[in-house]
Formats: sequence, C-alpha cells, structure tokens
Amino acid sequence: MLNNFLFVALPYAALSVFLVGTIFKYRSLKFQYSSLSSQFLEGNRLFWGVIPFHWGILVVFLGHLTAFLVPRGILAWNSRPLRLLILEMTGLAFALCVLVGLVLLLYRRLTNERLKVVTNRMDQVIEWLLLVQVVLGCWIAVGYRWGSSWFASDLSPYLWSIFRLDPQTTAVSAMPLVVKLHIIAAFLIVLVFPFTRLVHFLVAPFHYTWRPYQRVIWHWDRRTVRRPESSWNQHPPRNN
Amino acid sequence: MDIRSQVSMVFHLDKCLGCHTCSIACKNIWTDRKGAEYMWWNNVETKPGTGYPGKWEDQKIFKGGWIREDGKLKLRAAGKKKGLFNLFHNPNMPVIDDYYEPWTYKYLDLIQAPAADDQITARPISLITGKPMDIKSGPNWDDDLSGTPDYARNDPNLENVSPAEREAMFQLERMAFYYLPRMCNHCLNPACVASCPSGAIYKRGEDGVVLINQEVCRAWRMCVSACPYKKVYFNWNTGKSEKCILCYPRLESDQAPACMHSCVGRIRYLGVVLYDADKIHEAASSDENELVNNHLDCLLDPHDPQVIAAAKANGIADTTIAAAQKSPTYRFVKEWGLALPLHAEFRTLPMLFYVPPLLPVMASLAKVNHDERGENLNPVAKHWSDNWLYDTSTEELWGTIDQARFPLKYMANLFSAGDEGRIADALKKLMAVRIYRRFKTVGDVTEEKADAALADTGLTAEMAEAIYFMTSLPQMKDRIVIPPAHREHAIEMLENTGDAKGSIGFGTLNSPQRGN
Repeated sequence: MLNNFLFVALPYAALSVFLVGTIFKYRSLKFQYSSLSSQFLEGNRLFWGVIPFHWGILVVFLGHLTAFLVPRGILAWNSRPLRLLILEMTGLAFALCVLVGLVLLLYRRLTNERLKVVTNRMDQVIEWLLLVQVVLGCWIAVGYRWGSSWFASDLSPYLWSIFRLDPQTTAVSAMPLVVKLHIIAAFLIVLVFPFTRLVHFLVAPFHYTWRPYQRVIWHWDRRTVRRPESSWNQHPPRNN
Repeated sequence: MDIRSQVSMVFHLDKCLGCHTCSIACKNIWTDRKGAEYMWWNNVETKPGTGYPGKWEDQKIFKGGWIREDGKLKLRAAGKKKGLFNLFHNPNMPVIDDYYEPWTYKYLDLIQAPAADDQITARPISLITGKPMDIKSGPNWDDDLSGTPDYARNDPNLENVSPAEREAMFQLERMAFYYLPRMCNHCLNPACVASCPSGAIYKRGEDGVVLINQEVCRAWRMCVSACPYKKVYFNWNTGKSEKCILCYPRLESDQAPACMHSCVGRIRYLGVVLYDADKIHEAASSDENELVNNHLDCLLDPHDPQVIAAAKANGIADTTIAAAQKSPTYRFVKEWGLALPLHAEFRTLPMLFYVPPLLPVMASLAKVNHDERGENLNPVAKHWSDNWLYDTSTEELWGTIDQARFPLKYMANLFSAGDEGRIADALKKLMAVRIYRRFKTVGDVTEEKADAALADTGLTAEMAEAIYFMTSLPQMKDRIVIPPAHREHAIEMLENTGDAKGSIGFGTLNSPQRGN
C-alpha cells in the first residue's frame, strides 16, 4: 500500500503537476519564468557556490538521464572494472561539487542581509530539498556500490514502466531505504518544480547558438501593410 | 539598400546646465519602483569625471561593447561561446555597489521620537534591506566635483592625455567642466541585443527603439555587462533587466519623451533619420579612424529621390519620410556636421549624437598683471595674484581652439574615437556661427572676418542662420519632430475589431509579479 502510494501515486501526481504547472506558467505567467539571479546583489561569494553547483548538477543530471535512456550502453561501458571505476569516480566527484556548491549557496543566502529580501519560502524549500537529495545521492554512491550498474539494470526499467503507464514496483520495493528516499525526494522535486525558480532550467537559452546576433521586430509586415489589396486577414489576430 | 527609419536624438552640450530635470522626469514616470530605485535610465554626469556606474567608460572593467579581432566583429566578453559559458556567473557584471545602494530616511522618527537631549535625526534606511545603513554613494555623487582626485582624475578618457595637460586641466583656477546627459543610445548595432541569450531584447523595426520583452527575459544578465554605456539595468526584485524605452507610449501618441519634454536648457532634439541597414555591419567593423565617418555614412539624405523611392518600397510611411525631411537630428549630424556619437570606438553605432561643448574650450588664459589692480583694492578684498585672465575675446579666429584650456584630445576620446580634427571642426563651426552672429547683432566684428570664419569652416550664411535658429530659438515642434506611429495599423494587426467587440478589450494582463 505504502509502496503503491510512494512509487506509483506520487510519481504520477508529480509528473502531472509538473506538466500542467510548467505549461500553465509558461502560457499565462510567463513573467515568472526567470533564473532570478542574485548576482547583482552579491557577486563574489556567489561564484564559489554557483559554479561547482551548476556544472556538478549538469553532469550528475546527464549521468542519470543517460542511465535512464540507454541502460544497455551504461552496462556495456561498465563491463570493464576500470571504466566502471572511472564512471563512478567522475559521478561522485561532480556530486561532491554539487554538495559543496549547494552548501555555500545556502549559507550565503541565509547570512547575507540583501539576499534575505529576495529569498522566499519556495527558494528555501527547494534548496533544502536539493541538499537532502544530494546528500542521499552521495551516501548511495559511497555505501551502495556500483550505482551506475544497478540503476541501469533495476531502476531504469522501473522508471520506464512509469512512462509506459504500467508501473512495476517490485524492484523498487526491494531497494534499501536510502535509495527509496532518494527516489521519493526526486519525485518531490519534480512535484514542486513548477512553483520554484528551477523553471529556468526548462528555458535554457540553447537557441542563442543558432540565432543571428541582432534581432529586429516589426509589428506588422511593413511591405504589405500599405498595400490596399492586402487585408488584415493575412495577419491573423494574435489575441482573443 | 535596405532603408529603415530610426528615431534619433541630438544633445547640444553647450546648452546643458546640469539641472537633472531630465533624470527626475524619467525617474518619476518609469523607475520609481521596488528593485528599480537605483536605476537612472537617464542621468547627467560631470565631465571630467567617472560617471555612473563608476568608470563605466573603462571597458577593461565591465568589458562591454564590440571589438574587432582579425577583421571580425566580436562582442568583447559576451557572445555565443563566452556568454553561454558564463551563464551561471557573469564575471564582468557590475553589482549594486558599483551604482549605489538606494535609501530613504526614517522620517517618522522626526515626529515620533520621545523627548531627549539630542537633536532628532532621520536615519538613512536601505531601500533593499530596510535596515539602517551608511551612505557611501548616491545619485550624482560626483556632481560638479570635477577636479577632485576621486572623480575627475580617474576619468577613463584621460588615457591619451599627457600628464602636463592633465595638470593643466585640474589647476583649480583654470579648471573647466561640463555636463554629459546620458541615456540609452538605441544603437544600430546594439551589444545588449546581441548578447541576450534569451533573445528578449530587440530593436523595434518601425522606429529603432531598443526594448526588453519582460516576459522573455530570464535574468541571464549578459546585457548588463555587454552594453558599453551601462544603460541596461538589472531589477533585483523582479529578476528582469530594464532599460530606457524612449517613452515609446508617449512617442506613439505624438508626445516628446519625458526627458526631452522637461529639458530646461532645451538641449534635446529628436527626429527620425533614414538609414541603410545593409551598411551596419561594415560600418561597425571599420578601422578605428574610419568609424565615425562610416557610421554617419549609414544615415541617408531624406531629400534624395532615390532614397525616398527605396524607403517607400521598403514600406516606410510617407509621413515618416516627411518627418525625416524635417528632422533636427539629420540637420545637426549630416547637414551641419556638428553632432558626433559618444564613444564610437565601442562599435555599437549609437544613435544619440552630441554637439561637443564649446564653452570650456572657447576661453583662453592670457597673462596679465593682477597686482596693479590689487594695489587699488581694499587690503581686505580677495584678489587673485596668479596673473592669469580668463579671456573670451575673438582677436584671433581659431587661436583659442588651438590653445584650448581643455585638451582636444580629451574631447576626441569621448566624441570622435580619438580624432582631434573632427572635434576641432565641430568647435570651429560653433565658433564661426558665434562670430557671424556677433557681426550681425553687436557689430564689433567686421563682415570680412565673419565671412572668413564661415568660409574657413565650410558654412554658408544661411546655414549659420539655421544653426543659430535651431540652437537659440527653436520651438518644441522644431526641436522634437515625431513621426506618426500609425497605431491604427498596429491595432488592426493585433486585433480583429469584430472579435474584440463585447469582450474586455485587449485581453487581461498579469501584474509583473516576481517568480518563485
């Protein structure tokens, strides 16, 4: 019963809220999509926290994503002990980066007078949640080796079963408590995601790499607007 | 030829009295909000001085603008590679202390404090933290403080000025300064637009106003450091960048922007110019000594039939072309060659032009013997015994410019990318107009001398009269020529009036509320 609640109901609730929440926010409350950078109020201590945190979490997230998407690839890579060791060490190193960065960021946010003004409850919720999640992750990496292999063989199928709308909780319910907590915290993060500043992750500016540098916007097509035979039907109304 | 129109400005620095009315008008309308208190979309600086934010002109600090590397135009410290790599922490970003921490006073203490032996004071309270603070700097902190070690001597424009010239500039008795009102230049090659990873900043095609879409801005902060003029500001409350919008709601309803409308010295001119967008890239990447020339070459003659035909083919309204023909900006910049762009070497092709100030350069110092006069004075009276006289006479035509109290090199660093000849030309023209008008009204200058002055600078009597009129006597309609915005077209493009009938108009808007 509890397993069903935590590993079936919670994931579906979290993913639904995530989808509906982020899309609604993007369409109706677009102004709130922002990284809400605090560099302007405090720039020096930010550097030491934000750089290890972001690069660390990028690598760790991509690692989890790869193990989820191509579990066979990870298992094949891990078939040689040296390669397994390299993967695990890299993962742990970046996870520790995240941990250090996050602690520095949290400390900075809680001790700087100016930052207290721009810190709201959700900022604190998500920072503590991330901290718990990273601590659990590091604990698993050290205490329950070799996570990259058993994630790919046992947990990846569980995650896939959720997306296939046919949840299989057998493997998850046999996992140690720490791993269970890690999974629960992950879905909690997904759940609160739309209500936090994490939404800036969804609007990462990759399109910058292929757009031209300059951007000019015309409010109407200047070549056709004055032509009498072209009516406004050619320019469909954008609202209403 | 891709002809576009741009609303462009001229500031006549000789007329600026440094009253900051423009800044206040702007602040009252646009930046009197939480998170925007420190922003001065329009500000007035004392030159020589370090300005706001401190030393904004020194691109070694905040690394704004464009540079040319191997013949290619590049953003100095932003752009696709560097910008995305530094997304998490922008190493060149100014922080609030580079501007100043905004504050108010605890006025209630003045009436509510209990009776005590001490004088009651209203303590300064930070507008960020709400706690008592020590004021370290504030708006116009360097106002009129030219000559002081902290401000004038740290002016980045003194770079190529020799130590002897610097000393001459800052001797107290000889010191000169002038005011430099600044706002967004609404550049043709804006570095803020190019540096924005989200693509939130754009140039409006119809009138060239550079705007930030507040719903697309994600606080990546690259524009703040990339703008070499430091005219994009970060709102720490909403987590969005903001900048001068050239009062576009006023422009669209045929009103002058607030700063221009309120300008006491009437130094501000606004008009539309036609330019060739195909030339922008070439002009921005030209050699340093060709920058100003090529920039001004982008601006086209609105009376040229070919230009008119090309403009019409490109969809520019007849009313806009008519406004371009009456544009004071075009006359100051192109016809008369008086106005120059500020810091052309930043390569953004700014569309705000400055008529360099004649006043600090015009007067010279002549050696006289003050002691003779001093002997006739009451012994208590203060008199200068340094034997120098501030001399504004016009004995020689251009002697005063050649021996300017204010090194031309300094002015050239600001307005002509280091080209002293260009500054001297503009100043000579201004002086020729004065000599000509002195011949006309006072009569102590001979006609030959006035004609010689005009001929020397390539002006005609008609041009001199026109410059005189536009400088001294213009009405609002002469100074500010706003092209009709044709909002009727814009609204029809946005709305099907049939659809909107019976609804609540243009849809609902959310208040700009900070995200979580």
